Amino acid sequence: MVTADVIATTPPSSDRRRQEPQGSGRRPVSRLAKALRMIPLIPAIIIMTIFLAGPIIWSFYGSFTNAALTGPNASHSSWIGLDNYAKLLQDPVFPLSLWLTVLFTLASAVISQNVLGLGIALTMTRANKRLASLIGSIVVGAWILPEIVAAFVCYAYFSKNGTLNQILAAVGMTGPNWLYSFPMLAVILANLWRGTAFSLLVYQAALNDVPPEITEAAMIDGASGAKRLVYVTIPIIRTTITTNLMLITLQTLSVFTLIYVMTAGGPGNDSTTLPILAYKEAFRFSNIGYGTAIATVLLLIGAVFSIVYIRAARPAKD
Amino acid sequence: MKNRAAIAISVVAIGALIGLTACSSSPGTSGDKTIKVTYIKTDAFTALDTLFTKVKTAFETAHPGVTVQLQPVSATDDDYKTKLALSQRSAETAPDVFYEDTTNVRSDADAGYLLKLDSYLAKWNDWSQFTDAAKQAGQGDDGKIYAVSLGTDTRAIWYSKPVLQAAGIAVPWQPKTWQDVLNAAQKIKAAEPGVVPFNMYAGTGTGEGSNMQGFYELLYGTALGSDALYDSASGKWVVGSQGFVDSLTFLKTLYDQQLALTPAEALDPNIWKKVFGELFPKGKLGGTVEGSYTPSFWQKGGSFEWAGYTTDMGATAFPTQTGQAPGGVSMSGGWTLAVGAKSANSQLAFDFMTMALSRDNALAYDNANSQIAVRKDVAADPSYVAANPFVKAVTDLVAVTHFRPATSVYNQISVEVQKASEAVITGKMSPHEAAAAYDVAVTGIATADKVVKK
Repeated sequence: MVTADVIATTPPSSDRRRQEPQGSGRRPVSRLAKALRMIPLIPAIIIMTIFLAGPIIWSFYGSFTNAALTGPNASHSSWIGLDNYAKLLQDPVFPLSLWLTVLFTLASAVISQNVLGLGIALTMTRANKRLASLIGSIVVGAWILPEIVAAFVCYAYFSKNGTLNQILAAVGMTGPNWLYSFPMLAVILANLWRGTAFSLLVYQAALNDVPPEITEAAMIDGASGAKRLVYVTIPIIRTTITTNLMLITLQTLSVFTLIYVMTAGGPGNDSTTLPILAYKEAFRFSNIGYGTAIATVLLLIGAVFSIVYIRAARPAKD
Repeated sequence: MKNRAAIAISVVAIGALIGLTACSSSPGTSGDKTIKVTYIKTDAFTALDTLFTKVKTAFETAHPGVTVQLQPVSATDDDYKTKLALSQRSAETAPDVFYEDTTNVRSDADAGYLLKLDSYLAKWNDWSQFTDAAKQAGQGDDGKIYAVSLGTDTRAIWYSKPVLQAAGIAVPWQPKTWQDVLNAAQKIKAAEPGVVPFNMYAGTGTGEGSNMQGFYELLYGTALGSDALYDSASGKWVVGSQGFVDSLTFLKTLYDQQLALTPAEALDPNIWKKVFGELFPKGKLGGTVEGSYTPSFWQKGGSFEWAGYTTDMGATAFPTQTGQAPGGVSMSGGWTLAVGAKSANSQLAFDFMTMALSRDNALAYDNANSQIAVRKDVAADPSYVAANPFVKAVTDLVAVTHFRPATSVYNQISVEVQKASEAVITGKMSPHEAAAAYDVAVTGIATADKVVKK
């Protein structure tokens, strides 16, 4: 919720470009004043270093050691170079896990949450106010639930004797055991249900900023609804789309609780995404070093996605 | 506006910093001593909590100024072990006395988490009451003692007499070979539709339980016997054995012929609750392989109280493959108590532990939790044998029981065994393919010079 508000109030980049030269051109600022202005930031920087950079550096370092939770390496871990990464490349579970992570992220976030969020937001701008607020509160309801509660709700819905199969039974159909037969489908739908509200809120805020006179002008020129969407609305909210994509991608890459509660990565490894694999290796099999190597790979994947999105968000040269 | 926001943020940040430093300062250490005790407590396992609560009162009375801080953990065995290992990494969080699985004793001793107890045990008179097997359960790789056994367990076939009789099978039932088990299951299937003939856990869902109460009863009953999984003489893991393929084939037959639960049910981590709470009491299951602690679920105060179990249920040894000696197979595990190597009050912690392990306390615990006694004086007590009608049957299985090779890679290899059985019962691989995949995985985990082809 908070994040959504922040994004919503960020001015579109075109405005920012116009303001910046004015601000810096006001009067020259002495170096001392610049340094003094940094002082209030110091506590924040310290906290960020300890709690954000610290664990990342530790994890990166740990991935080059044979640190373990038990056994002789628990008390005396040693530097083993790239052995963990070499082992990872030979691990038959790793390619599967990588594919499942990408599938989970693309299917549940990049495509479903994004498209559905935009779709519902567009519908809500046209629907009558009461209906819109009703739909809004239903969708946002899933977002308000703590992740562990949402995960149990989804478990209860998809499990063998769960709500879904009871509904199917009422209309005379026998549903499969979703969590066993279609584990990825179940967790993708669960994440879609839980995460759509975020995209919805972001897009709602962005659509409110689309100047009505431009759409009206397009309408007068005879552009159809679809054309107005493709040629007017989407170009205007383009930066919001990439920001939203980046946020939901990073959120979804690291989803753990939802999958762990619903399937625990099973059956077999059929829903073991990288966070689950890292957890299993680090804590179930006590290989902290190997687990952190997987976490580092996850970090790199997130970084690649971020770079792609940041590049896409740059204003096009015209 | 901007400046004000910046000031507000820094005030909050500085406040947070002050708060953090305040938190990290250690609580005042006066002359009082504290013993931290960590163990599992769940709705299905309260016996240890009862024991420690009782011992805490007695210990605090006997040692004025000492506080015993009980830290029960409500978690599955696996999660408990993870939490315990994490807490042991720092002296600040490490418990003084804790509940420790026998399979972890060796690797945790290697890790330096466990206190070497030999010099303490030398001065404890009761130590001579422990059986040799129990003493070995607490040994580290160096032959020193690091933990003291609380009780052990064995595995047996638990069968429903009414179900077997309805299918024309005479009770008491004692299958001699694997084929006898299959024959009985087929008879039950033919005679009683709607009844699950014979359950053997398999797959990753039930975790370690699917090996202990399933695959290992098969594997350790094949030609290689106690060396079927791990060759103890050479210290190497066994790959490529016919017994492994045969054991998987048995499970395949059981599941393919629908003599067991459906694979989807078998992979549900909570299936054991259905077995104890629903299938047996309702007469919907012929038999299953389960631990000697089975009666603890049904007796008064258990999770699935069922008075009829004393007359309806029977317990017998799981047979060897072809009936070869020793004629039965059982697996044993069990838990111990240990003292933390980082404990500041190790003598007090040891004293607390021995008080919990005294004759009277061990007797009460073993009876409440249906454990097999490891103290000779407890085993000889009339109330131990009388605790439930199956004590003698399951205690006799100690003669044919096996222990897991508790090396530091055991947990990973155990999962590979579970994956193999899962692949077979779900039809994803043939027994030969699953065994071959297991061999590759084990060679990867244990390294090539630690495996031997048999």
